[in-house]
Amino acid sequence: MSEFEPILLANVNAENSHTRSVYESTGGYAALRQVLGQMSKTDLIELVKASGLRGRGGAGFPTGLKWTFLPKDHPGPIYFCLNADESEPGTFNNRILMEEDPHQVIEGLILSCFATNTTTAYFYMRYEYPLAWERVQAAVDECYAAGYLGKNILGSGYDLDIFLHRGAAAYICGEETGLIESLEGKRAWPRIKPPFPAVEGVFHKPTVVNNVETVACVRHIAERGAEWFRSMGVPPDPENPRDPGSFGPKLYCLSGHVEKPGCYEAPLGITVNELIERFGGGVWKGRKAKAAIPGGISMGLLTADEFDCPLDFAGPGRYKCLGLGTAAVVVMDETVSMVDFLLNSSQFFAHESCGQCTPCREGTSWALKMMQRIKAGRGRLIDLDLLLEIGDNIGIIPGTTICGLADGAAWPLKNGIRKFRDEFEDYIRRTNPEGYAETDPVPALEVIGAH
Amino acid sequence: MATVTVNGQEIELGDDERLNGIQAAARAGVEIPHYCWHAGMSVVASCRMCLVEAGRKTAEGDVQMVPKLVPACQTPATDGTVFVTNSEKVVQARAMVEEDLLIRHPIDCPICDKAGECHLQDYHFEHGRDQRRADIKPFTSRRRELGDTVTLFVDRCVMCTRCVRFTREISGTKELFVVNRGAHEEIDVFPGFPLDNKMSGNVVDLCPVGALGDRDFLYQQRVWFMKSHDNVCAGCSTGCSIKVEENQDRVYRVKPRENPHINQWWMCDEGRYGLSHIHDPRRCLQPQRGDGSEYANVEWTELPAELEGKLRDAGRIGVVLSPHLTVEEAYLLATYIRKCDPDALLAVGPIPAQGEDEAFPNGFTIRAEKCPNRAGVEAIVSQLGGQLVAWDDFLTRLDGGEFAVAWVTGGYKTEWIDEPTAARFTNVKTLIVQDLFGSPLWERATYRLPGASFAEREGSYVNVEGRLQSFRWAVRPPSGVMVEGQLYWRLLERQGLFKARAVLDEVAREIAHFSPAATEIPEHGVDLKSNQLAGV
Ligand SMILES: Cc1cc2nc3c(=O)[nH]c(=O)nc-3n(C[C@H](O)[C@H](O)[C@H](O)COP(=O)(O)O)c2cc1C
Ligand code: SF4
Ligand code: SF4
Ligand code: FES
Repeated sequence: MSEFEPILLANVNAENSHTRSVYESTGGYAALRQVLGQMSKTDLIELVKASGLRGRGGAGFPTGLKWTFLPKDHPGPIYFCLNADESEPGTFNNRILMEEDPHQVIEGLILSCFATNTTTAYFYMRYEYPLAWERVQAAVDECYAAGYLGKNILGSGYDLDIFLHRGAAAYICGEETGLIESLEGKRAWPRIKPPFPAVEGVFHKPTVVNNVETVACVRHIAERGAEWFRSMGVPPDPENPRDPGSFGPKLYCLSGHVEKPGCYEAPLGITVNELIERFGGGVWKGRKAKAAIPGGISMGLLTADEFDCPLDFAGPGRYKCLGLGTAAVVVMDETVSMVDFLLNSSQFFAHESCGQCTPCREGTSWALKMMQRIKAGRGRLIDLDLLLEIGDNIGIIPGTTICGLADGAAWPLKNGIRKFRDEFEDYIRRTNPEGYAETDPVPALEVIGAH
Repeated sequence: MATVTVNGQEIELGDDERLNGIQAAARAGVEIPHYCWHAGMSVVASCRMCLVEAGRKTAEGDVQMVPKLVPACQTPATDGTVFVTNSEKVVQARAMVEEDLLIRHPIDCPICDKAGECHLQDYHFEHGRDQRRADIKPFTSRRRELGDTVTLFVDRCVMCTRCVRFTREISGTKELFVVNRGAHEEIDVFPGFPLDNKMSGNVVDLCPVGALGDRDFLYQQRVWFMKSHDNVCAGCSTGCSIKVEENQDRVYRVKPRENPHINQWWMCDEGRYGLSHIHDPRRCLQPQRGDGSEYANVEWTELPAELEGKLRDAGRIGVVLSPHLTVEEAYLLATYIRKCDPDALLAVGPIPAQGEDEAFPNGFTIRAEKCPNRAGVEAIVSQLGGQLVAWDDFLTRLDGGEFAVAWVTGGYKTEWIDEPTAARFTNVKTLIVQDLFGSPLWERATYRLPGASFAEREGSYVNVEGRLQSFRWAVRPPSGVMVEGQLYWRLLERQGLFKARAVLDEVAREIAHFSPAATEIPEHGVDLKSNQLAGV
């Protein structure tokens, strides 16, 4: 791979990188001046479409296309929600951007709002990011003072207000319609679709929801053009007519058992191996890797043999994972028990299920109880089939739930048990020599009451 | 016209019909099990019991199915929509949801009020697996009061949120909400803000399982011992369609009966819980003859001849028709009295009123007028009597000494006449009073005739909007009481038992106002104004 200069992370290490003066000293807000001076809203949408930018929040939906779903000639208001709820385990790229380079995010946000004809933006930030909160608020204040926000921005006649909203500290608040409900002051129960947010979102008005990194990319596309953006990444798979390709730079969050965990930037399509070796300094303590999650825990599991998986939007799917997700790679070394991994993941989803849909609420809770029992040495081989049955049947892909949280809960179950079945079976036989073959329902463990 | 296919069977829907998969399938005679969906409230599509396969028939006749399951409640039935509700995939999905719902359910059916009319029981029997595979110890049956009317059995809840939506969308009072997340969710109220609204009892009917218990009905009766009778609430002039549920002539509860023209699916708490008068031990149970101080018992069988003697050629008769009488009863009594005295005066009894009309966000209205049949009785009085004489008017004439005989019908649940008013009857020679409870008037009566409560009556009421609804009796009156209609029937020397339908036929023939009632009365009643609209 040729030498790649970080784009989104270019300035994060500079001193006072979070201030306007430092941001402007490296060309910040030039793109905004340029666009407001010369481009129409539709030109900007076309530009983003042409760039092939896909959402960085997890689903990888083409950003320009999403913007065109807004009703034409709507009298307004149209709302923009910036999704900074970043709760996918292993994911912290939004956090780096907001803490170290908040103006980059805000410039991208202003441009995205301009393109979508929005005059009010809600910056929905997860509760647990106090430093990001301070810095983004300070940056917003600086922007008002500099005339980048408020009425008649830079004399262009365009008005925009950004409101920071502190999240309700739940994973589900990151699901776009959960976010909208939460923003409206309600319980973050994802909405049924249709209507989609582009038609009816916040306060019953058309609404765009985009991720922090997505709008940061918009800032660079506006400055350097679509062709430049498309020069990075992976072109569409000719075998798959529905693949629009994976272009641009991406922030990869690398954590777990590597020597140098961190947030690294690379063109979309870097493999897990390259990421671990080139950025992560290899698996830690000279050990071998056993598995990795490719893009947040929701995306499933790769075995060490599958580390040639390219981390673009289409790559993980070819390795039976759900997708690229948030590109948060968590590496597990050979000492990690997959039983522990699955117990941990089950715990997360049971805890975070919003509880609306029966299959998700009960499926995640039952899976957790089974994993707790297996861990406690009371597992049965048949439990693995039951866990797989839950994994195969919950989610929006089979159609049994309202939102994708359940799909995220399903994938670790499916990949974990299918890819590591021998290990689970060995564990169960070893820890429950008397009862592993039992098929009748067993009583619940008294000690494992609550989670 | 839209053509929709359900399990291969084509059905036609009208152009202006907006039905979902559950409703469309019902038209085809196919039941799609569901918990969260209710026709009267917003769609949340969260219980997932109604999952089906859906697709679309193209103009060429090919069918393209959506690869995943969809909730029928959230899927509109439009021209070309195809629903499949009996595939293996659907069967499995239902089994999954049923299994899920029983994982933490206490399964305490033997002590659950809902047993016998519980969707969880019925659906599990039909769609669930035959073996429990879950290894989870259910919580115990925790319970807490949500308010004066409703108890929550926390762990029986299936989280359909119908009750929550009811308080938001129908009563508009918003007391109920969901606390916690995931499998720890519970329905709750805020401390100090109990479930307290005038429609609260409806949440118990809405609850598909036994999570919400009616404190009035709790542990009173197993539902399978009760018989249900269509009836009409006598609580106010809205006249909600209801079901009276009884066992061996004891009324245990009333529930609303769906009527799109009147009450949709609801009724108010006043009507629901206002039943104590039916079995009140203070009810009048002994017909008597006397002079205001000394009374002797009389037999109902002796009465027709005796009354005939007292009323014929006795001078002018004034008769007060209570707005609690059915149309048929009012008509029969008026007819009888007119036979005794062609010049008799017909008047309407006092109209009990309390507060103001109260409208809820969805349009449901509790009326200030606390009687069921003012409109019906007024129509009888003005049509047969030639003028509408109100109670006050009647009293003035009474003071003027117009009447030798007065026949007053009561039937009010609460005290309706005070001593000074009753004293104005001193100048009539013969005073006949029919009533539920004793009163200053009863104390003065020459004949004291115990009357019926609404659950014992038969006939028709006309509500405030002019809709006539007919119903049959739900329980027999306590011994000693003769239902008004039955007495009048006998006085008129008709054979056998009082037949309200036969009387309504006469009313509809004789009084143009009632002509729309000439045909069979549908379960939702008939609009008496329809004859005027149609110019009949
Ligand atoms: C359970 C769940 C949690 C999610 N959490 C986040 C999140 O924290 N941040 C985010 O940007 N997107 C999250 N998403 C994805 C959003 O629903 C949405 O697709 C995204 O914000 C769109 O932005 P993009 O198009 O810029 O990627 C989540 C989705 C699900 C199903
Ligand atoms: S899938 Fe799970 S998290 Fe998503 S709406 Fe349903 S219950 Fe809530
Ligand atoms: S209490 Fe009953 S109506 Fe309310 S959510 Fe639970 S099951 Fe549904
Ligand atoms: S009835 Fe359709 S999801 Fe509950």
